[in-house]
Amino acid sequence: MVPAEFGYVAPRTITEALALLERYGDSARLLAGGHSLIPLMKLRLAMPSMLIDLGEITELRGIRDDSGTLVIGATTTHATVAANELVRARYPVLAEAAGQIGDVQVRNRGTIGGSLAHADPAADLPAVMLALDAQLNICSPAGARLVAARSFFEGMFTTQLAATEMLTEIRLPPLPARTGTAYQKAANLASGYAIVGVAVVVTLDSDGAVAAARIGVTGAGAQPVRATTAEAALAGRVPGEANLSMAASAAGHDIEDPLDDMHASADYRRHLVAVHTRRALERAIAAAG
Amino acid sequence: MAETGPFLHARWLGTPVKRREDPKLLTGSATFIDDITLPGMLHLSFVRSPYAHAVIRGIDVAPALALPGVVAAVTGEEAADFAPAFPPNPGYRQPPRYLLAREKVRKVGEAVAAVLAEDRYRAADAVEAVTVDYDPLPAVADPEAALKPDAPQLWDDFPGNAIVLEAPHGGGDVDAAFAAADVVVRQRMTCARLAPSAIETRGVVAAYEPWSRQLTVHATTQAPHRMRGLLAELTGLPEGNIRVIAPEMGGGFGAKGNVYHEEALACFLAMRLGRPVKWIESRSEAFTGTNHGRGQVAYIELAARRDGTLLGLKLDIIADLGHTCDLSTAGLHGNTVRLVTNCYAVPAARVMLTEALTNKTPTAAYRGAGRPEAVYFMERAMDLLAAELGMDPITLRRKNFIPPEAFPYRTITGLTYDSGNYAGALDAVLDQADYEGMVRERDAARAAGRLVGIGLSCYVESCGPAAANRGGGAAAWEYGAVRVNRTGAVELLTGISAHGQGHETTLSQLAAEVLGVDPETVTLHERDTAVVSQGVGTFGSRSMIMGGSALYVALRAIEAKMRRIAAAVTETPAEDLVFGDGRIFPDGAPERGVPFAQVAARAYANPPAGEEPGLEAQHFYASQGMTFPFGAYLVMAEVDRETGAVTLLRFEGVDDCGPVINPLIVAGQVHGGIAQGLGQALFEEVVYDEGGQLLSGTFMDYAMPRAEHFPTLRIGHTVTPSPITPLGLKGVGEAGTIGSVPAIVSAVMDALSPFGIRHLDPPLTPLKLWQAMNEGVRG
Repeated sequence: MVPAEFGYVAPRTITEALALLERYGDSARLLAGGHSLIPLMKLRLAMPSMLIDLGEITELRGIRDDSGTLVIGATTTHATVAANELVRARYPVLAEAAGQIGDVQVRNRGTIGGSLAHADPAADLPAVMLALDAQLNICSPAGARLVAARSFFEGMFTTQLAATEMLTEIRLPPLPARTGTAYQKAANLASGYAIVGVAVVVTLDSDGAVAAARIGVTGAGAQPVRATTAEAALAGRVPGEANLSMAASAAGHDIEDPLDDMHASADYRRHLVAVHTRRALERAIAAAG
Repeated sequence: MAETGPFLHARWLGTPVKRREDPKLLTGSATFIDDITLPGMLHLSFVRSPYAHAVIRGIDVAPALALPGVVAAVTGEEAADFAPAFPPNPGYRQPPRYLLAREKVRKVGEAVAAVLAEDRYRAADAVEAVTVDYDPLPAVADPEAALKPDAPQLWDDFPGNAIVLEAPHGGGDVDAAFAAADVVVRQRMTCARLAPSAIETRGVVAAYEPWSRQLTVHATTQAPHRMRGLLAELTGLPEGNIRVIAPEMGGGFGAKGNVYHEEALACFLAMRLGRPVKWIESRSEAFTGTNHGRGQVAYIELAARRDGTLLGLKLDIIADLGHTCDLSTAGLHGNTVRLVTNCYAVPAARVMLTEALTNKTPTAAYRGAGRPEAVYFMERAMDLLAAELGMDPITLRRKNFIPPEAFPYRTITGLTYDSGNYAGALDAVLDQADYEGMVRERDAARAAGRLVGIGLSCYVESCGPAAANRGGGAAAWEYGAVRVNRTGAVELLTGISAHGQGHETTLSQLAAEVLGVDPETVTLHERDTAVVSQGVGTFGSRSMIMGGSALYVALRAIEAKMRRIAAAVTETPAEDLVFGDGRIFPDGAPERGVPFAQVAARAYANPPAGEEPGLEAQHFYASQGMTFPFGAYLVMAEVDRETGAVTLLRFEGVDDCGPVINPLIVAGQVHGGIAQGLGQALFEEVVYDEGGQLLSGTFMDYAMPRAEHFPTLRIGHTVTPSPITPLGLKGVGEAGTIGSVPAIVSAVMDALSPFGIRHLDPPLTPLKLWQAMNEGVRG
């Protein structure tokens, strides 16, 4: 549990960081909170020759409102996100999920951008990003581009990010009135990661029917997914016992190829997706009022 | 002031004195093994096998030696030239324990070569650079599979992978008992392997001075003197030339009672290179390098009359040894064999023990060390019997308790229980918990559709050495010494070795009580073989009953001498004097007394006629037998029907460890023990695949209990002194671990009773319970 030799640089600006990333290429890794990368390095499963520490870049940190869109800097810590008043008021599902990541020490160091870019299939936040329809701002020396969270994740530990790119901001669009949210999680007893995590955002119309529902699921498969069949099953319907059960069950089947390991069989994961979808929907609908 | 028992009029015994040890630990100023740095020190690191079973074809250390900062490398074959294998346990035929593997590896993580470098980073690089040519062999991980005729064989000298096929233990006419029984219950049960997981891993710093041939070893050991003796045997150095020091330690739980390969090899390498050698175990190494605990499969049968009277017990144990066995392995299986009748009068028993060699880490002592297995097997079987008889589990237990008047009680498995009042502890816990109310609460929850259950366990712990156990006689004594200096300061020397137990606090209370001084004037010396001449160590809940008793006898000798001196000074009959508030005075007339320090000074300068100068006493305390604390635990648990997750709603316990010297420390022991029991019941399991690959090699996969998993632990006490220890003490270190597991499992089984589920073994993970409930529904 001793890392191999590596170099270390701590740029002050995004521009400097991108230049360093271009210079060192594949042999470099960006260091945010380090709570995934450092353990991998200590086990020598990751052996970057250069660490580019983003901790000194102030423009990457913080939470601000941009004409109704909430913008969260990539190196904002989970603890900051979980405690932020704007997040708690507008996107309680994000505060709820961020507040459940790891333990206090992890939340004080770990960052939202680091977690998303690492794309651990059992991480909590990807489900929330899908449910909130987040846009991710990605920068490279060539410029910036916005990518929907839905197309950002490409598989286990893989994202759209190219070797010379970095995630700089998470942009959350405003939620309509009568919207409720919830995050439900079956935590791995050992790691605390999600065996299954379900983030739900539900908007009701004036008749109390579901105007829109977005269900993000993490942990169940190789990458986070939207439970689209379940979402469709709810759309336009007044939520009740029958269609909530149907939607929950559909969410289970929306997981095409559930992971299967000693902590949870594929069957059990699919079942947990249904259980926690149901529980999250009930809470979100109650919150939507 | 003590609330109950023999310490009723005591000033310090029974008092919740805060731990003196804590300020230095909490402020980070204590010295742990990794805080020790010596000039010229080299860092040791190990090349370890990725295979569970393989022939070592060759090892190339040249690429490692070519790296900058790498000083030396050694393979198993090279090490065999200067570092002999560990001696076998006395009276025990076992496979060799080489300091580094030779010819073959037999478990994942077995060390095949060692490297030494100027720092830890270079040592880790050197490990990566060593190439080992392995020829993998079929491996066997399951202990029952290992005993089958076609299983891969681990050692040529142990055909069939069975290290010892025990003769049956027990007595009485078992066959007749089963033939006469109205009811027989049978169940296969398992106790999963556990990783002891002390918060601090192991480590050693060894230094050798070649001209004086002095070897100084700082090591994470629970038994410094035992390590010193073993190192003397291995190195051939005179024992007096070896000094073993245990620094502050972040827990041991029995797993640091062993002397390990890395620790011994560090000594040999320090001797060969003439430079200090340091090794600090990584957490990854700990999962395969430090002994595991538990690892038993058992087939238990109980025979009873229709009225619940127990007639007989049969138990077949298959112990999962791992690839060899360590210092404590033999003794711990003896604990299971002998303790299985628990708190019940069982007239006939036959216990068979088979120890199976597997391609895994050795199993050895871990908090409870064979006792939790025994009590788990018996308590679960009692629940099954109660269900079969349609009898309340409480009634069944009461019916079969060894009655208080039957002590000392010789069990059919060969133990002599010192004292007990099992119904007393059971009554106390039922009363404390408002059992009737608890049942109503459960029934109301059930009526509301929830899965809620209540579980009970009654347990007996065994403390201190069992001379009857293999190798146990070696620990049937302990050393203590007391010095009172000319200033009146009191020094205690003890052979027990704290690594979290709070000896400093408890033993100064003991000295303060006997000598009537302030505990703050008492200094404890322990954990250093150059300061304390002899000792055994801390394990098996033995610290107070052995180390405390040794010191108590020595303290009484000092007290007697000071009484004589004070009698001369005050011209009062010695028997009329009392010790208190730092003075020695005639009872009822403190103004006629003398300061304690003045009597101490007088012992050195101008002692009364007939008295030798000085105030020192030592005592080698010989055990009068094991003590048997006991108790009863009651747990209420809820299972989530949809997810299988378990929540403990209530935990009520009553322990009887005899009189309590420090209630805070006893509470800490009980709480810690319950925490580890809860881990065992619900979360923890070392998982290997069939081929011996470790699947739970990090805390990402090996689940530990956390604060959030605990309800309030409500713990009470009854006090039944032991007639065989000077203060009536019984020991408490392992009680919580032993009593909690069956109570928790039983509560979960009760919660699952609507599904017709009879028995499941720990860990009761959500996945396991969900699967069982669904099978139950399908069935």
